[in-house]
Amino acid sequence: MINFGSGNTVIKSKLISRRMFVLTAAKTIVFCGIFGRLVSLQINEATKYKTLSDKNRFREWKLAPQRGVLRDYFDKEIASNEKVYQLHITPENSPNLETLFFRLKTILNLTDKRIFYLKRKIAKQKPWEPIIVSDNLTWSEFSRINLFLHELPGVEPIVSVARQYPDQSTAHLVGYVSQVSQKDLQKKPYLKDMSVGIAVGKTGLENKLDEDIIGKVGFQRYEVNAFGKRIKQIQVDPGESGKNYRTTIDLEVQKYTSEILEDKAASVCVMDIYNGDIITMASSPSYDPNAFVHGIDKKYWNKLISNEKKPLNNKAIAGLYPPGSTIKIIVALSALENGIWNPKKYLNCSGVTELYGEKFHCWKKKGHGPMNMRSAIQRSCDVYFYEVARILGVDRLSETAKKFGLGKKVLDGFIEERTGVVPSTSWKRKYIGKSWYLGETLHSGIGQGYFQSTPLQLCLMTAQIANGGFEIKPRVLVKDNKNNLREYIKYKNENPNEPLPLDMLVSNFDLKPLFRNQENINFVKDAMFAATNEAGGTSFRSRYSDQKFMFAGKTGSSQIKRFTEEQRELEIKQKDIVYKDRDHALFVAFAPYKDPKYAISVVVEHGGTGSGSAAPIAKKVIKKVLERDQLRENVKSLTGEEI
Amino acid sequence: MFQPRSIQSSMTFRDKILSMDFVLLFSILLLGIISMFAMYSTDGGKFDYHTKSHILRFGIFFWMFLIISLFQIRFWYQTSTLLYLAFFILLLGVKYFGLTSSGSQRWLNFYFMNLQPSELMKIGLILFLAKYYHRISTQDVNRIKFLFLPVVALVAPVLLVVAQPDLGTSILIALGGVVVSWLAGVRIKFFAYASILFISLTPIAIAFLKPYQKSRILTFLNPDRDPLGAGYQIIQSKIAIGSGGLFGKGYLNGSQSYLDYLPEKHTDFIFTLFSEEFGFVGSLFILLLYSVIILRLIRIGDITRSSFGKLYCYSFATAFFIYVAVNMGMVLGLLPIVGAPLPIMSYGGSSMMAIMLGLGIAMSCKIYKDTPVN
Repeated sequence: MINFGSGNTVIKSKLISRRMFVLTAAKTIVFCGIFGRLVSLQINEATKYKTLSDKNRFREWKLAPQRGVLRDYFDKEIASNEKVYQLHITPENSPNLETLFFRLKTILNLTDKRIFYLKRKIAKQKPWEPIIVSDNLTWSEFSRINLFLHELPGVEPIVSVARQYPDQSTAHLVGYVSQVSQKDLQKKPYLKDMSVGIAVGKTGLENKLDEDIIGKVGFQRYEVNAFGKRIKQIQVDPGESGKNYRTTIDLEVQKYTSEILEDKAASVCVMDIYNGDIITMASSPSYDPNAFVHGIDKKYWNKLISNEKKPLNNKAIAGLYPPGSTIKIIVALSALENGIWNPKKYLNCSGVTELYGEKFHCWKKKGHGPMNMRSAIQRSCDVYFYEVARILGVDRLSETAKKFGLGKKVLDGFIEERTGVVPSTSWKRKYIGKSWYLGETLHSGIGQGYFQSTPLQLCLMTAQIANGGFEIKPRVLVKDNKNNLREYIKYKNENPNEPLPLDMLVSNFDLKPLFRNQENINFVKDAMFAATNEAGGTSFRSRYSDQKFMFAGKTGSSQIKRFTEEQRELEIKQKDIVYKDRDHALFVAFAPYKDPKYAISVVVEHGGTGSGSAAPIAKKVIKKVLERDQLRENVKSLTGEEI
Repeated sequence: MFQPRSIQSSMTFRDKILSMDFVLLFSILLLGIISMFAMYSTDGGKFDYHTKSHILRFGIFFWMFLIISLFQIRFWYQTSTLLYLAFFILLLGVKYFGLTSSGSQRWLNFYFMNLQPSELMKIGLILFLAKYYHRISTQDVNRIKFLFLPVVALVAPVLLVVAQPDLGTSILIALGGVVVSWLAGVRIKFFAYASILFISLTPIAIAFLKPYQKSRILTFLNPDRDPLGAGYQIIQSKIAIGSGGLFGKGYLNGSQSYLDYLPEKHTDFIFTLFSEEFGFVGSLFILLLYSVIILRLIRIGDITRSSFGKLYCYSFATAFFIYVAVNMGMVLGLLPIVGAPLPIMSYGGSSMMAIMLGLGIAMSCKIYKDTPVN
């Protein structure tokens, strides 16, 4: 038994050892495999996994930067930042959201709809991401929240800053900010790295300057655990607030203008004729831009949208109007510059003229009688200008009009600004696909037909005539463009008997004259003086006898609807027809006449006649502007501005 | 020729102690101490529940290991069938009285501890088969008649454990049984048949798998399939190990673990934690320590005279190796996550108990290496 057993044991032992050898070899191979894997993970790919580990560990919370402040010329804020009281909830810190919302509902005025929306949003995002319940609490709501804070786990009362617009009068120029939309993200690549909840400029300067004014996003870096709970703060970068800007606007004048305009659908532009500073660019009626900052409420939005006076529209740059009789100064200038008309030439106005059987009426049914070019501008005789335009032709007219600023954008970067139309034969062929009729030239000669311009264009046109015919670059921001006109004027005043040749102007002062013969500019200016300050002039009633405020201007009214012959016979007054069908009233002027400094344009939608509704507004604004001229000069010398 | 009684009686207590394998003993002790420090780190650098409990267990079971090793190897030979049956009854008990936790029924409540009989079965099956193959002659091993009992002894507990469900442990139990049979000389063709049968049954088995088990297998095949779900563990484990680099992040500085990115860091992923804090150097040291333990176990098998001792030591060494390899392969992303603890290092009483029992019996083989078992 034992012998057998021992023999068997020996065989068995050998067998077991043989097989064990195989297993040991296998073990060695497997451990080598594990060793290899350790080498690969911890030595070869260590950097990659260290990065991944840090990516796990750290999470950044972005800090919204403060938006840059916009100021007027006298450093008054026109877009500032105000303290706002906000309520945030961090869902992971709240044990029961249901009860929390129930409590909040009794403390704040939260609607069920809003709560439903918030819950849905919470469900979509990570539990550690805070959600904004209310971004603009009143002080009493905020203090109530603080009082009950110990009963509201997860709630964080936060003092933040939000955009504030102190005055509604600048609403159109400054524009407004609102929440970022999908479209903004596509159009503004710099928004990509910004935090959620940041406000973005939507219109006006807020939109134009957005990239610089929005600031640099800061961040707080925390070490977080696997559940996203913040363990400790690692790094903070407070970011940078946006650039501040000073504008050329005079808030005082802007406010005053808005008050004069009341709720008329109108706009007023005032421009420094030498450096292009826009003193005022008002559009009426206005709206409250603050309403957009925290998300506009539907009722107010509907009210704005349904208002037929279009309060959201910046009429100064986005409103298009036929320039009407204000174009006559360009027609006259163009005729003189092209040498096709003797200004002393008399024509007889009988109230109507005919071309190929079509009747062209003067606004004065009875006619003006014999007119030369000066009196035709003074009294705004249509018949005279029909004839001038007929001889001049639309293409030469269009060339001059464009030169003086019509038909192209005046400002840079305002998305709402419109180009307008300066018609010509080639324009019509291109955009309408038909050839030009001579009759249309006659309409163009009194600023009707295809002509379309913005009030700011008309203001620029007037300014460039008022300054002696030199090109200026209008600007809203101080130090935006440089103009050298003032230096030239100074030089000229010091050396009055030394007329400078054109090429010297260009080389020494970097000026671009828009005229061939400056006498022609002076002629037009004189005619505009007559229109305001000599009896019979269209804006005679709005004149100032005080030399200090004396201005020269041209009225205009642009037809919305053509008068039928019947209406013409009945001599229907503008105020008797429906508001929507009334003519737009226009007025352009420069002041003071002796030593011009400012140009102004006033457009009152459906205001009737330029002399009746636009010129009186201009009169008041001009006075205000001139009264503040010295103040403006003082600031200029104080800050040592070159221009 | 043999004088079993005289040898046994001539051994004093001092002789017994001196004939222990001290390399093995100190390797186990060192590993135990390392595991205590690792556990302290998983508790976030505090002397907390897991640390205390682990130290207590290691203390108790290390003493148990010493006591077991002083028992004669014959005693273990004689009680092996009994132990197997006892463990099997405990497994049956789990089926009816077991505690259920996270969807599987694995534990029996014994007041002082929750016992996981499937862990003990790992050792029980090896003991049972070692005795069985010790008793039958080499010629009989490959006779169908003698294959019947081993197959039943293997399949019955494995099925019970699979049904708990606990795929990881059942695979480890089965592998232990297969190893003993292989060493005893069962022909390759039988393993081939078993494999073919197993593979052909796999589709049916998959139908019985729980959804989470299926997803684990799919996840292993492609960890990025569901990075926040089932693949999360593998990805985070790899990040932790990889970010440890050559020298590690330093003790108590493993960000992956103390910020809770690492799942199951006390149990299955303890090696990950250690590897993150001590880097490649530390990992290699642990790997070497395990290699030493396995080699010492094999050496005991080499010098043991009885077939039972040889079969047991070789099989246990191989099983021990498999536990280590499966756990490390798992946390290194080489194998699917099946739930296999790392011997001695991992938190868990039953696993520690089973390993210490196994080591104790192996040490007993060393002390009584020249004693025949029957």
